[in-house]
Amino acid sequence: MSTNLRRHWMLQGIASIGECGLFFVAVLGAVPKSLRYWRELARQIWFVGAMSLVIVMTCGLFVGMVLALQLYYTLSIFGGTAALGTVVALSLFRELGPVVTALLVAGRAGTAVTAEIGLMRATDQLDAMSMMAVDPLAYVASPRFLAGLVAMPLLACVFNAMGIFGGHLVGVSWLGLDNGTFWGNMTSTVDLHKDVLDGLYKSVVFGGVVSLIAVFQGYTAPPTSEGVAYSTTRTVVFSSIVILAVDFVMTAFMT
Amino acid sequence: MNPRPSYAIGTGLFILLGFAALAYLATQTTSVANIHRGNSYLIKARFQNIGQLKERAPVKIAGVRIGDVQSIALEPQRMDALVVMSIDKRYNDIPDDSSAAIFTSGLLGDQYVGIEPGGSPTFLKNGDEMVLTQSAMSIENLIGKFLVNGGPKSSGTDAAPASATPPASGKP
Repeated sequence: MSTNLRRHWMLQGIASIGECGLFFVAVLGAVPKSLRYWRELARQIWFVGAMSLVIVMTCGLFVGMVLALQLYYTLSIFGGTAALGTVVALSLFRELGPVVTALLVAGRAGTAVTAEIGLMRATDQLDAMSMMAVDPLAYVASPRFLAGLVAMPLLACVFNAMGIFGGHLVGVSWLGLDNGTFWGNMTSTVDLHKDVLDGLYKSVVFGGVVSLIAVFQGYTAPPTSEGVAYSTTRTVVFSSIVILAVDFVMTAFMT
Repeated sequence: MNPRPSYAIGTGLFILLGFAALAYLATQTTSVANIHRGNSYLIKARFQNIGQLKERAPVKIAGVRIGDVQSIALEPQRMDALVVMSIDKRYNDIPDDSSAAIFTSGLLGDQYVGIEPGGSPTFLKNGDEMVLTQSAMSIENLIGKFLVNGGPKSSGTDAAPASATPPASGKP
């Protein structure tokens, strides 16, 4: 009876949320110790950030371009195509930049982190580290968590810049909007604090969430090939859900 | 001293690129000029109805932005809106008999305060109040008057001045 109750899926879900919270605290506690391994941190920023640049820049360009096309169509119904630059910039900075970057990073870097740590667990590398008096939380988990926290806002900025470039390409070069109108309306409306920085705060939170989920899923992956595969899938699924849910909550508080 | 690992260069370049993108966004796409306005002075104006005017809305003379609306508050005794505007120090020669009105940019755009310069030889100083003001045109009021007066013949002439004084009756 009691084991049946304990296996209930709802309780399991709540238990894993609790585990993830405790793991978060443990990772935070290991952060001061992990600064000793700053080379590992630099390598992880390189892996999460620099290696994601190509995909983030390409996607940013295309998102900006399609945004300009779609919004031009919508705005032309109301005769407001002069606002194209403003609308493209605001949708990118406030919403699409942070969210799409986070989803891309979850798919590209989060899965790799989960699989890597999961295989470390499966091949007993984490236990070997503890036996050598190297705290795996400080050497493996914390640097990857911090790397996500640092790399995500920078990637979101690159995404936004490429998106603006793509929007300009379509709006001005292709659809023939006036260059001065495009930039002038944008610069007069977009606010540094309310738009650019709020988007940046969002992406810092997303970076923390994505890397926490990736590291946690890897750390708790069952030490089998099937278990690692499931954990990698769960990283993408949970990251996407949590990103979009947190995005809604943060937007509700910020506006 | 062991040689620098190759990824260190990649990491450094990535961080530099990220901050360059942030600097680009912050300086090229936003209204940073509004934040770095160090030198400005405040003038006040009372309006009977500010319509949809918001804080940080532009203040313009002849269509040129010279400052923005800093605060909007209701004066409890007089029941009118006190609008405090911060004006760039460069434009410190606005005559003190200038009038302020609330306009709408475009048909459905945002509202802004337009200042019509007067001819007085003395200029507005920090903390001065503009006496001559004109409230926001409310499209609802105009349409209401148009319907009550029943046609374009009478409403065309009296709608604009009547909207400046809300308690005015519909009839001329």
